[in-house]
Amino acid sequence: MPFISNTDEQRLQMLKDIGVTSFKDLLSGIPEDLVLTEPLHLNEPLSELEITRRVKEISSRNINTSEVVSFLGAGIYDHFVPAAVGYVIGRPEFYSAYTPYQAEVSQGTLQFIYEYQTLICELTGMDASNASMYDGATACAEAILLALRHNKKKKVLISSLLHPHYKEVIETYITPLEPEIVYIPQKNGRIDLEVLQKEMSDDVSAALIPSPNFLGVIEDLESIETIIHENKRALFIVSTDPLSLMLFNPPGKYNADVVVGEGQVLGNKQNLGGPLFGFFAVNQKLVRKMPGRIVGATVDTNGQKGYVLTLQAREQHIRRDKATSNICTNQSLCALAATVYMVLMGKRGLRAVAEQSTIKAHYLHDRICQLDGFEPANTSPFFKEFAVQTPIPPDKIISKMKKKGYFAGIDISKYGYDNQLLIAVTEKRSKAELDAFVHELENMVKEV
Amino acid sequence: MATKTIFEKSVPNRKGYTLPKCKIEMKINSLFPEKLLRKDIPRIPEVSELDTLRHYIEISDKNHFIEKGFYPLGSCTMKYNPKINDIVNIIEGCTDLHPMQPEDTIQGALEIMYDLQNDLKEISGMSAVSLQPVAGAHGEFTGVNIIYNYHKNKGQYRSKIIMPDSSHGTNPATSALHGMEVVEIKSNAQGKVDIDTLKEVLDDDVAGFMLTNPNTLGVFETEVKEIADLIHSVDALMYMDGANLNAMLGYIRPGDMGFDIVHFNLHKTFSTPHGGGGPGAGGIGVSDKVKDYLPVPIVKHSEDGFYLEYNLKHTIGRVHSFFGNFAVMVRAYIYIKMLGSIGLRRVAENAVINANYLMKKLLPEYPVPYQNNIMHEFVACGEKFKEYDVKTLDIAKRLLDYGYHAPTIYFPLIVHEALMIEPTETESKETLDSFAEVMHKIADEAKRNPELLKNAPQKTPVTRLDETNAIKNLNIKYPFNE
Repeated sequence: MPFISNTDEQRLQMLKDIGVTSFKDLLSGIPEDLVLTEPLHLNEPLSELEITRRVKEISSRNINTSEVVSFLGAGIYDHFVPAAVGYVIGRPEFYSAYTPYQAEVSQGTLQFIYEYQTLICELTGMDASNASMYDGATACAEAILLALRHNKKKKVLISSLLHPHYKEVIETYITPLEPEIVYIPQKNGRIDLEVLQKEMSDDVSAALIPSPNFLGVIEDLESIETIIHENKRALFIVSTDPLSLMLFNPPGKYNADVVVGEGQVLGNKQNLGGPLFGFFAVNQKLVRKMPGRIVGATVDTNGQKGYVLTLQAREQHIRRDKATSNICTNQSLCALAATVYMVLMGKRGLRAVAEQSTIKAHYLHDRICQLDGFEPANTSPFFKEFAVQTPIPPDKIISKMKKKGYFAGIDISKYGYDNQLLIAVTEKRSKAELDAFVHELENMVKEV
Repeated sequence: MATKTIFEKSVPNRKGYTLPKCKIEMKINSLFPEKLLRKDIPRIPEVSELDTLRHYIEISDKNHFIEKGFYPLGSCTMKYNPKINDIVNIIEGCTDLHPMQPEDTIQGALEIMYDLQNDLKEISGMSAVSLQPVAGAHGEFTGVNIIYNYHKNKGQYRSKIIMPDSSHGTNPATSALHGMEVVEIKSNAQGKVDIDTLKEVLDDDVAGFMLTNPNTLGVFETEVKEIADLIHSVDALMYMDGANLNAMLGYIRPGDMGFDIVHFNLHKTFSTPHGGGGPGAGGIGVSDKVKDYLPVPIVKHSEDGFYLEYNLKHTIGRVHSFFGNFAVMVRAYIYIKMLGSIGLRRVAENAVINANYLMKKLLPEYPVPYQNNIMHEFVACGEKFKEYDVKTLDIAKRLLDYGYHAPTIYFPLIVHEALMIEPTETESKETLDSFAEVMHKIADEAKRNPELLKNAPQKTPVTRLDETNAIKNLNIKYPFNE
């Protein structure tokens, strides 16, 4: 049998040493009607060669983003990942280790998490970061749960410009605690500050503001913060794209209490949307309320520096039903990919990625909006992604452009943005690709 | 030797990346109002590619990992991760897929998910499967959320969840996230659910029962069907924590035992690597009664091909941004396809034989309070070493000196000074024999030279670390020159 070392002879010997004659004897206390007499209805075992061919064949039935020119975004972006990232995360020392419960033989994992936490704090301008969450959506949900626990208030304000899937995840997560959720509507691609002001009250537990938001727009976090913190107990939660923080003021500068987001853009492939990882950072006063694992530096018995999992009294394996979250396994290896990516790129490389993505997005935006029938969906400042009003239904554009070798964007009509196409641009897109795309769009509209 | 942090290795203007030229003349400053733009530069290190590699390889060397040595971490099923699984990393048809691509461009991916859903249904005996949760505790969250919504739909708010005192910490934590009160019941003398106690706490306010089977003592809950009947008699739901599914593959199925919901730990049972703490995958299987409550989308098949189904009558909604950890699913898919039903049975057989064999080898030096119906793991009690002023922690740390990872310690809570040992099926008799030999040597050392244990480990990259100091002088990010 594959991956099993013991031979049949050894098994027999071991059974004999145990004091039984067959494996079935070891199941003897189990009610007979629970033990299957027939094998499961699964396929015949495949050899390594057969499964390799099969997976390659099945995968070839997908069209991947390397075969086309992709403008898909909405939380998951096609940024370039240097080869060295894959090399490091492919080391079995990292990928086949478990959660670092025995610190003395897990210093590799613990040290990179410590470095990761530092990098996230540098980007977000926050005081403390955990070791990672499942994804951007659950990080948002856990941030709100933190707020509900922290101030025991019941009203939650959420920007309507949050990714619609994130809203769904948040609702699944927090509904059992029966909060009142109010979605703040948009005005020209940003949240409506007047409505936000009106909804602010003493019973607000938290306000969750994405920036860049679902439409790629950078919010006026300064004004938003002023409104939210009129209520001193309310938590100001910002969800963000970490690459955007190389260009724009970090939420920490605007006194955010919690900063979360999707980390995939940092050195992780798209992988059909999983694995991803969420990052989670807080200000000093909330460190002990954070969900998830945290690594801290300490010393060993010889006074040598080392790292351990710390503040574990917050966690489920110690605190059980009083824990700050139920999270156990997180997305450690994805956080490692992010760490290696950030380190390789350095401050200038990361900034260059953010700049190029932004400039190329703005170039494409301007060119598309010059085409007949295409209009900007809003006039607010955007990062690397934008929405346009299209002259024909976005789904038609997507399917026509697919035949020409483009993933043209995401049809966000179904999320309530009528006739809007959401287009994301990363540093991977060349000027020539952008020009050719605009050209094809122009032809397509003419044909209709 | 301590390794400097990467921040201390930074050299101004050193570079580890290349990028194509932008070729568009545009200045960031001209695109945004000045007040939005960041002035301070985040202190991301500047190092070369070689610096980066040297640094991370140097620290990786300080890790214990499966390919290096035995990893008998109870409840974690640290089996060997076949290298073929990682083919997924190099196939662009897996890595370079965007989750919002048109459905007709991801037919291959959907087929793998569909097939995996079906295989997991067959393996678990459940009616339907969702692959969306990305970790065991996330599967638990999804499951308890279904329990919550099942009652809510009937216009009931049930406030209690019952579980044995041997349960994983994630079980009560997940219940608390749903505002439910946890009712912990004491295990009986065999380490199993005490049916009489269960009857005493059972009433119409009970939403569900969470059970790990085999339980965290490695003991099979032989009265599971009776338990299920009792729980169902008050219209509560049976939840199975699937952490220990490995013990039963191909022989015993959660669906046949009367469970309504079970989570799978694809990263344990189906051999996908744990990544130093994730990503895992924690899909769930459900019975007919609650199949309309699964998170959406789930993958279905029609004449026109595979598609994503969003219309489930009572769906709890989403628990993840997209479909779950696809890359982990592909690995589990490969594993199941390579093993087939015969191979999966062999997994369970060898996991159970290895655990029983190792337990026998460690007895009586390491007493195991609950020995009946031991399946894939067992929990030894280290209390007797207290006589020599030696704790289980010391035994664990001494094991590190001998090149082994320690077992899970101090869990489950109902065994004092617990050592929870799960060898898994992939380990050979020789490995188990050597490990047992070392365990006996350590027992001997405990009696003759306890200092050896109390000062352990000495041969690891660092010696015993001061956890109290870590909390007292909290240092969770590099201080730069502050």
